[in-house]
Amino acid sequence: MSDIAIRAEHLSKRYRIGAKRQRFDTIGEIIAHKLSSIFSPQRTPAASEATLLKALDDVSFEVKKGEAFAIVGHNGSGKSTLLKILSRVTTPSAGRAQIYGRVGSLLEVGTGFHPELTGRENVYLNGAILGMRKAEIAAKFDEIVDFSGVERFLDTPVKRYSSGMYVRLAFAVAAHLEPEILIVDEVLAVGDAAFQTKCLSKMGDVARRGQTVLLVTHNLGFISNLAERAMVLQRGQIKFIGNSSAAISAYLQSATGNKGSCDLKGHVGRDPGLTPSMTSVRLTDKAGLDKQSFSVGGEWQLELEYASKSDVRLMSAGIFITSAAGLGVGSFDTFMCFPPPHRIPSSGMIRFYIPELLLCPGEYFVSVGLMLDQHHAHDMVRRAISFSVETSDLYGTGHMLSSDHGLCVFKGTAEIIT
Amino acid sequence: MKTIEIPTKSPVVLTHVAQPTVVIEANRSWWELELYELWKYRELIYTICWRDIKTRYTQSVIGVGWLLISPLFTIAVMTVIFSYWAKIPSDGVPYPLFVYSAMLPWGYFARSLERSSTSVANEGSLITKVYFPRVIIPIASTLGGLLDCAVGLVLVLGMGLWFGITPTWGIVTLPLFLGLAFATALAISLWFTAIHVRYHDIAAITTILIQVWMYASPVIYPLSMVPEQWRVVYSLNPMVGVIEGFRWALLGKASPDLLLMAISTGIVSVILVGGYLFFRKMERTFADVI
Repeated sequence: MSDIAIRAEHLSKRYRIGAKRQRFDTIGEIIAHKLSSIFSPQRTPAASEATLLKALDDVSFEVKKGEAFAIVGHNGSGKSTLLKILSRVTTPSAGRAQIYGRVGSLLEVGTGFHPELTGRENVYLNGAILGMRKAEIAAKFDEIVDFSGVERFLDTPVKRYSSGMYVRLAFAVAAHLEPEILIVDEVLAVGDAAFQTKCLSKMGDVARRGQTVLLVTHNLGFISNLAERAMVLQRGQIKFIGNSSAAISAYLQSATGNKGSCDLKGHVGRDPGLTPSMTSVRLTDKAGLDKQSFSVGGEWQLELEYASKSDVRLMSAGIFITSAAGLGVGSFDTFMCFPPPHRIPSSGMIRFYIPELLLCPGEYFVSVGLMLDQHHAHDMVRRAISFSVETSDLYGTGHMLSSDHGLCVFKGTAEIIT
Repeated sequence: MKTIEIPTKSPVVLTHVAQPTVVIEANRSWWELELYELWKYRELIYTICWRDIKTRYTQSVIGVGWLLISPLFTIAVMTVIFSYWAKIPSDGVPYPLFVYSAMLPWGYFARSLERSSTSVANEGSLITKVYFPRVIIPIASTLGGLLDCAVGLVLVLGMGLWFGITPTWGIVTLPLFLGLAFATALAISLWFTAIHVRYHDIAAITTILIQVWMYASPVIYPLSMVPEQWRVVYSLNPMVGVIEGFRWALLGKASPDLLLMAISTGIVSVILVGGYLFFRKMERTFADVI
């Protein structure tokens, strides 16, 4: 009993969707709704299964004290909802969870900072909001200030801080919370790369010190380094739970379905709230034959089929390639390839062709999407399909590239001048 | 609640090592007040209060001085309109003093209602990221206004000296009525705040309500102008008890009607407990609808 840090039993969270009919923001809208339902009652849907989104569906797991536990899943798989429930920001619709120990979270960095107050005042304010006692903050005050490196500006309102100073101070407070259970959500973490690195190293410290860490990230490399166990969430349900390397392969499997070609109709990577229009995606060679593994510097081709209603005006179709660790590698779309006006047919097939694939060996994902305009997606499937890049003798010197060389390949020359 | 000893491996000694187990459940009994939880977070109430007060007067030359200047103008205008022009009686007290002794609790009530009803929605970034008992926000917001009230008291006493009215022993009961004013403001705020998170219409309704409510309370006219047979109905308005209490404690005229006080206090208690329960029922979805 006492070696458990978190125990979740049958946690579920349902949200009501179909926003236009089910949620009202002003009393006028309610009245209008009631009136219209008198005249046309058949148009008012009951809160049926179809209008309820199960963000989390019967999730049970245990995290032991001192364990680093990772949660992976696609967007909309319920990761953030789970963290919100565990940090008591929102309540579950069903089920219960028990937490043994003080919870601190790095997704709250800077929460409650007030721009008009000085750095010193904000340390106390932020500390109190994160649940620290005044005496506790006072005891650690010097340590916090040292860590942040902003002592010269302690009595300046934080609105005059540079964003770097602001984040450093905010992070210093959060880092000194000394939680027994640390929750980290990479997806929600703000700040620049340097700050994220700091977050991650802090998390490493905490894990090594034997405190419990609950981690949400897309960085699979990080999970295999830090976490002992991991859980894969898919559409609010636990798809896999177990040691982290097994979880990563389970996640990669769920991420792609099948390699090479893929039916997109019910794909798990589709962002919620979009119109499913893309039907299939296929990786091929130049001749149009299915292919899933490409060589460095070789030809690469992808065929995207879609069918949307004829009145939908689509601007572009595109692809986005990410590495296995979740890093963006590059994107490519019809918007770049064609001059204005940017318009593609409402149904059809688009072929993306890359004559020379300059990527290092490894696993890559392709996300595909249809855009209505520069900011609005019509349909989008993240990590729809995966492919592997096999090494080759690109330079003709017998040197074989490997994943240790990074992501990107330069097809350049080197000259010895002297 | 059970407490479980958790050995910390970190070298830093926490001030409270043992933490009670937190249980997160889908359903919570509606009658559990969990006042203990509120007590645990009392420092946050002070801190938010202090933040609100502090930030209200930053980059202001006169600062807290405005708390003295703006009522003086209100009193002047009201005295001219209601006393000189409309000839409203004031029970033998100089009208400026008469109206301000009521404006003090009324202004506090009206400002608290306006401020707190939007307070939770304004703290959206906190609500969606950190846990703390949500009721802290309207409490801190209502509590913060008491400072304005305290400064106003200085003004009343000063005006009393000017008009030659010295406070009687009744002034020692003032904290009691201050408490009643706080309870009334908080009671109404809890309802409005909880509804406002979902329906922003409440902000407009608050503005209208405050205007109407002022004329339904003995602010610009004395209670004696209300016909005897309507007094009981009239005192269903909890602000009647608060205002009469203030007038009595500050000016020492005519002892307060005990029946009227009892009715006001009773009504406030019912609205306060109901509001707290309602707020707790609604707070569970705050993070989802903000």
